Amino acid sequence: MLQTIKQNWLTNIRGDILAGLVVALALIPEAIAFSIIAGVDPKVGLYASFCIAVVIAFVGGRPGMISAATGAMALLMVTLVKNHGLEYLLAATLLCGVLQIFAGYLKLGSLMRFVSRSVVTGFVNALAILIFMAQLPELTNVTWHVYAMTAAGLGIIYLFPYLPKIGKLIPSPLVCIIVLTAVAIAVGLDIRTVGDMGQLPDTLPVFLWPDVPLTFETLVIIFPYSAALAVVGLLESMMTATIVDDLTDTPSNKNRECKGQGVANIASGLIGGMAGCAMIGQSIINVKSGGRTRLSSLAAGVFLLLMVVFLGDWLKQIPMAALVAVMIMVAIGTFSWDSLRNLKKHPLSTNIVMVVTVVVVVATHNLAYGVLAGVLLAAMFFANKVGHYMDIVSSLDEAGEHRSYTVIGQVFFSSADKFIAAFDFKEAVDKVTIDLSRAHFWDITAVAALDKVVIKFRREGTEVEVLGLNEASATIVDRFGVHDKPDAIDQLMGH
Amino acid sequence: MTNVIACIDGSASAPAVCDYAAWASLSLQAPLTFLHVLDQRQYPVAANLSGNIGLGSREHLLDELASLDEQRSKLALEQGRIMLANAKERAIGNGVTSPESKQRHGELLESLQALEDEIRLLVIGRQGESSCSLSQHVGSQLESVIRIMHRPVLVTPTAFKEPKSAMVAFDGSTTTRKGVEMLAFSPLLRGLPVHIVMVGPENEESVSQLGWAQKALLDSGFTAHAAIRSGEVEPTLHAYQNEHAIDLLVMGAYGHSRIRQFLVGSTTTSMLRSTTSPLLLLR
Repeated sequence: MLQTIKQNWLTNIRGDILAGLVVALALIPEAIAFSIIAGVDPKVGLYASFCIAVVIAFVGGRPGMISAATGAMALLMVTLVKNHGLEYLLAATLLCGVLQIFAGYLKLGSLMRFVSRSVVTGFVNALAILIFMAQLPELTNVTWHVYAMTAAGLGIIYLFPYLPKIGKLIPSPLVCIIVLTAVAIAVGLDIRTVGDMGQLPDTLPVFLWPDVPLTFETLVIIFPYSAALAVVGLLESMMTATIVDDLTDTPSNKNRECKGQGVANIASGLIGGMAGCAMIGQSIINVKSGGRTRLSSLAAGVFLLLMVVFLGDWLKQIPMAALVAVMIMVAIGTFSWDSLRNLKKHPLSTNIVMVVTVVVVVATHNLAYGVLAGVLLAAMFFANKVGHYMDIVSSLDEAGEHRSYTVIGQVFFSSADKFIAAFDFKEAVDKVTIDLSRAHFWDITAVAALDKVVIKFRREGTEVEVLGLNEASATIVDRFGVHDKPDAIDQLMGH
Repeated sequence: MTNVIACIDGSASAPAVCDYAAWASLSLQAPLTFLHVLDQRQYPVAANLSGNIGLGSREHLLDELASLDEQRSKLALEQGRIMLANAKERAIGNGVTSPESKQRHGELLESLQALEDEIRLLVIGRQGESSCSLSQHVGSQLESVIRIMHRPVLVTPTAFKEPKSAMVAFDGSTTTRKGVEMLAFSPLLRGLPVHIVMVGPENEESVSQLGWAQKALLDSGFTAHAAIRSGEVEPTLHAYQNEHAIDLLVMGAYGHSRIRQFLVGSTTTSMLRSTTSPLLLLR
């Protein structure tokens, strides 16, 4: 056990602490920005980010992944906060955590295998677009100073790393924030600052129970929000975990991550924070900065809180333009650039799934709907494709009275019509043999189609003989699995 | 349960591990396999603290990290092959007929667990590559290796000296009684004089237990001496060892739980730390 603790926390101390610091610096603008999206004070997002990052370091299933207050979650809370207020948001956060823990115990993390690659890409792109769109209010109806500041900020973020030596030692988003804040104070620009957006934390977080009546009405109000938050939070966390798995070439425990997200959200709700989940952009920054173990997430949370509590007065002075620049960077970094280049290479069905996911998310501002649409569409395309894997050949005996049909391949709802159409009912023969021993009947639709064929033949006065129905219909049983019997794989592939 | 498996890395212990493994393989008449484990997590992590992400950052980062790992793995693989080849050559020089070698990716612990069925005796150096040269320092993974293994482990010092006599640390517990039985049936120490040493008060019970152990070894044809000494376990054992110029120590390892170890410390751990001779740990 000591060995595991050591491996999970202490194998990369220097890298983890530095990465945690870099991540904390980028978390602050994000937490503030996402609080503004949700319509709550910045301190709600900042406390949430601190709490989630720290708690997930201990209970999460993916070391090196960063979780905090996120845009995807913030977008789901907007109407709840507007109609019912902050206290209901905290209650919804608690319930969301409980639902996520249930999901972890039910091992719903494994459901991620139904989410195809193109849906994941669509999700990531949609997320990037949403983060970018959330910055637009800060960029409309403002003076040219704001545009200039934002452009200068982006310039610093992307060009500063090219400076020799210090470029790769000092995080460029930090440089951007410091320079823009200094310029704004020095010139005395009258532009919006973080201080104008609401209350910032001035103390360490304290325990507080949401001030809502514990009634059925409250549950009715918060449940839809909690369910959506739980689903989106887990989706983004699972996807981010996969990305970090790939980047670091190490495995993660997805079900533990589900439960961990739940625990972290409950903890966040109890200290007055909003719900959050894993962050794709921040996790990439963490890995890039050399963070690998749980220590990096803990360090990020602790540094975040220290900076926020002790530098609160300075934080107020940061112009919103600087935050917008950082958030645009996050949006650009989250977007999957390859997916645009791959549009030409990939088959149309894949592209449609990806684009539909993006469009649905952007239209509904709810990532869960987008993923649902994408998964359904992908499943339909798949069923359609597999439906093509069916062929029926037939032969007539010399006397012209007996026709034998041989069915090969997959018969199910998508190919049932094709199956029926392949038989010639108008041909006048005495006897028909249907050989199914090389076919697979996957569902009741396939059986119904066979019944229909048999009845149609009988009505024409033809005698029908069906061969190999038992082998063909073995696949209808729900738990049909190759793993049950040693010779099943031969049956599945060979006959 | 057939092979002597010896863990080889780039540390200073490697030649001694190799020699002891060859000795064990010849005594046991068991085939010898050298194992080198490539643990990616031991590689240093590259860091870029610029903290920004741009278009295609994720894809680039993946390429970058993958190619870095690729280069390191190739180098490590090559290095490992050379080490294994050297070890094999050395073993052949020592008289082993056809030593084999294995290279595996992953952690040392999981690799050993995967190979456990083949292992008859595991030979491992007291300090690994990443340990510094402090003489009191024990390799960071050694204790975990000994704990998870259900097979005898021979922990070697940095220099080889052919064992001429052996000492069994005996305390009458089930672990050590089993150890004595194992020794009695094993060809490993056949022909060597064996001293069975008990540390503690001399009373009827301890004498009878010691007598049992001596008889078990005598019955299998060993030259067995028995002694009871009083005092602190560790210094007493070392004193006896020096007195009789014994160059192989046999003991049961980690007979107690982690919690007890945390509270009162473990004899195995402190013996590992203080010994200069090879230690044969029986699980």
